[in-house]
Amino acid sequence: MVPITTFHYLVVAAALFVLGVIGVLTRRNVVIVLMSIELILNAVNLNLVAFSRMWGNLNGQVFSIFVTVDAAAEAAVGLGILIAFFRNRETINVDEIDLLKW
Amino acid sequence: MLNQFTSYLGSNLTPGTANNQLWALIYVLIIFAGVSVAVMAMNWLERKALAHFQIRLGPMRVGPHGLLQPFADALKLMLKEDIIPAEADQFVFWVAPLIGLLASFTVYTVIPFGPSQAVSDMNIGILFMLGVSSLGVLGIVVAGWASNSHYPLIGALRSSAQMVSYEVAMGLAVVSAILMTSFNETGTGTLSMIGIVQSQQQQGIWFIFKFFPLGLIAFAIFAIAMVAETNRAPFDMAEAESELTAGYHTEYSGLRWSLFMLAEYAAMIAVSAIAVTLWLGGWMRPFPNLLHAPAWDFLFSLFPGLTFLGLAAIALIGTARMPSHSFFRIQRIGLAVFAALLGIIALLLLVIAVAGRSADASLAARFNEGIGYVYWFVLKVAVFMYLFIWYRATWPRYRFDQLMKIGWKVMLPISLGVLMVTAIVGVLVK
Amino acid sequence: MNPVLNSGMAPVATPWFFYVLGGLAVASGVAVITRRNAVHAALALIVTLLSVAGLYLMLYAPFVAGVQIIVYAGGIMVLFLFVIMLVNIERSSKERRFNRMWPVGLAAACALMALFVSAIVKGKTVLTDPRTGQALWPDIIAKLPESSNTQQIAGMLYGEAGRMGQYTFAFEIASLLLLVAILGAVIMTKKKI
Repeated sequence: MVPITTFHYLVVAAALFVLGVIGVLTRRNVVIVLMSIELILNAVNLNLVAFSRMWGNLNGQVFSIFVTVDAAAEAAVGLGILIAFFRNRETINVDEIDLLKW
Repeated sequence: MLNQFTSYLGSNLTPGTANNQLWALIYVLIIFAGVSVAVMAMNWLERKALAHFQIRLGPMRVGPHGLLQPFADALKLMLKEDIIPAEADQFVFWVAPLIGLLASFTVYTVIPFGPSQAVSDMNIGILFMLGVSSLGVLGIVVAGWASNSHYPLIGALRSSAQMVSYEVAMGLAVVSAILMTSFNETGTGTLSMIGIVQSQQQQGIWFIFKFFPLGLIAFAIFAIAMVAETNRAPFDMAEAESELTAGYHTEYSGLRWSLFMLAEYAAMIAVSAIAVTLWLGGWMRPFPNLLHAPAWDFLFSLFPGLTFLGLAAIALIGTARMPSHSFFRIQRIGLAVFAALLGIIALLLLVIAVAGRSADASLAARFNEGIGYVYWFVLKVAVFMYLFIWYRATWPRYRFDQLMKIGWKVMLPISLGVLMVTAIVGVLVK
Repeated sequence: MNPVLNSGMAPVATPWFFYVLGGLAVASGVAVITRRNAVHAALALIVTLLSVAGLYLMLYAPFVAGVQIIVYAGGIMVLFLFVIMLVNIERSSKERRFNRMWPVGLAAACALMALFVSAIVKGKTVLTDPRTGQALWPDIIAKLPESSNTQQIAGMLYGEAGRMGQYTFAFEIASLLLLVAILGAVIMTKKKI
């Protein structure tokens, strides 16, 4: 068996990142778009922690804690915006949330 | 495999630290069996104790004094028809009780029954416990939604809002207990559960009594929050039988409902074990530093045997008081057999206590020590279990807005205040 | 056992664990972006988050794993499930899953994936670190002790500015950010401001 190195973790993180980007760009349901953003942030965290292990200090881990805190704040505010919009327009479809289009 | 089996027998590390997978598996199986037996015993005790609080007798027919009632209940639930609502989401309906069960049982990997009697001594033990018990909320939310009916949905949303609110106060109370572990020479605390009990031993005081009354207030906050966290009375609005037709597990029948009940009781035992570990000294016998002579050690090591002897005596008195009618003959014989069983266990424990009274590394002495640790831990957790039943029998339930008001407006400020004052006092005393 | 990680400390897990956790994370990620039902996607995201927490444990980062389980799986996902139940419209589960721009989105994501693959593979084989002369992601991994991870992270987050705490100021700013987020979410969802 090949020993598990940083390369393997980077591959998993890249796969999660690309899946998150596909989710953000192609899905109609706004809640699923927000969940794909969480996937992207998790991929970034995995990258940070893998590199922290590679270099042997803890800067990457501390940074990933801050990214997690950021993701929590952003999820809360994003879902608040979604609820406020849903109360007005009764839809959660990105194709129909186009009030600012000319 | 045999090598793994024998190489662990002499060590004083947990299987996780010793990297021994076979013994970790054995410990997990022992814990699983023990928790299942404890849940059945808790079920029986709850029905009997509630009945006696309400001046009635409770189950008396199924076994002698209803001792076989949990088995009858389990058999009935397994044989009941498995009803799934028509419009319910099949996969999610099936997976919801499993999430709750997994969350409740995974906490047991970090609970220490002794200084090396834990499945694994993770160095983030308390953090792991807090995280995994917050996964239980997910099971309830998903169960309520998957039933596709409004009573379970409202019950699930209420229950999860309550659990999330009291998790905050619980976490802050836990943090003030962790803070107390750092009042040693190096000034560094620990998050590992075994380390917390060892720091109580080192500082010579249970954390409930440290910086009196700060430890007591933190313990009280945790004790109230853990009752709310497991949806037990007086915080059982979510499953209140009279208001919401059993809340989030309304649509579950038979074996699935028993999984919910198993998860709830296992969570109760788990959070009580956490409270015992953090504030009440875990596996330590009373006064381990003050009364340190071998005579006191021997006296306290007789307690397990004497407890079982007392239980056997109560069973014998029950046998003697059974009516001497031919209808009660089988029950009388059954209770006598049960008393004899308890007596045999008591005799075995007393023999081990007497044989292992010297503090050397012989097999009897190590058994004696291990039994002592497990006994004091289980005794303290059993006190909490009885308190849970007492709360349910005595207090009326809170209305939901009162419940949320207490969680956010009373418990959270008090726990924050206790944390700050503990930190200030700790720095001043140093 | 893994010989590379074995120098000085017992490894956390065998490579088998990595393949299972990594495969589970990617498979659940695929389930998140393809399920029609939002609750199924949320459950798949929970599986992804828990397997990433397992990967953190393999990377000798137990504190980050604990934070991941508490904050992400226990907090954010409960929030997501609440909102899904609040905005759950029946017709959304019968409509098309992907929006009007899906070919463009997919092409952009494929370009991004090509970029990542080239960067990672080049870092392993072609590029060299100017300081050490080895490959950019070397095969030998530095050791991180597990037993004092929390204490060291605490030192970096809360320590004095000169001695240990490199991130104390950032920690205070992060708490301010959380306060702003709380206020924003509460005001956003009020019916009458």
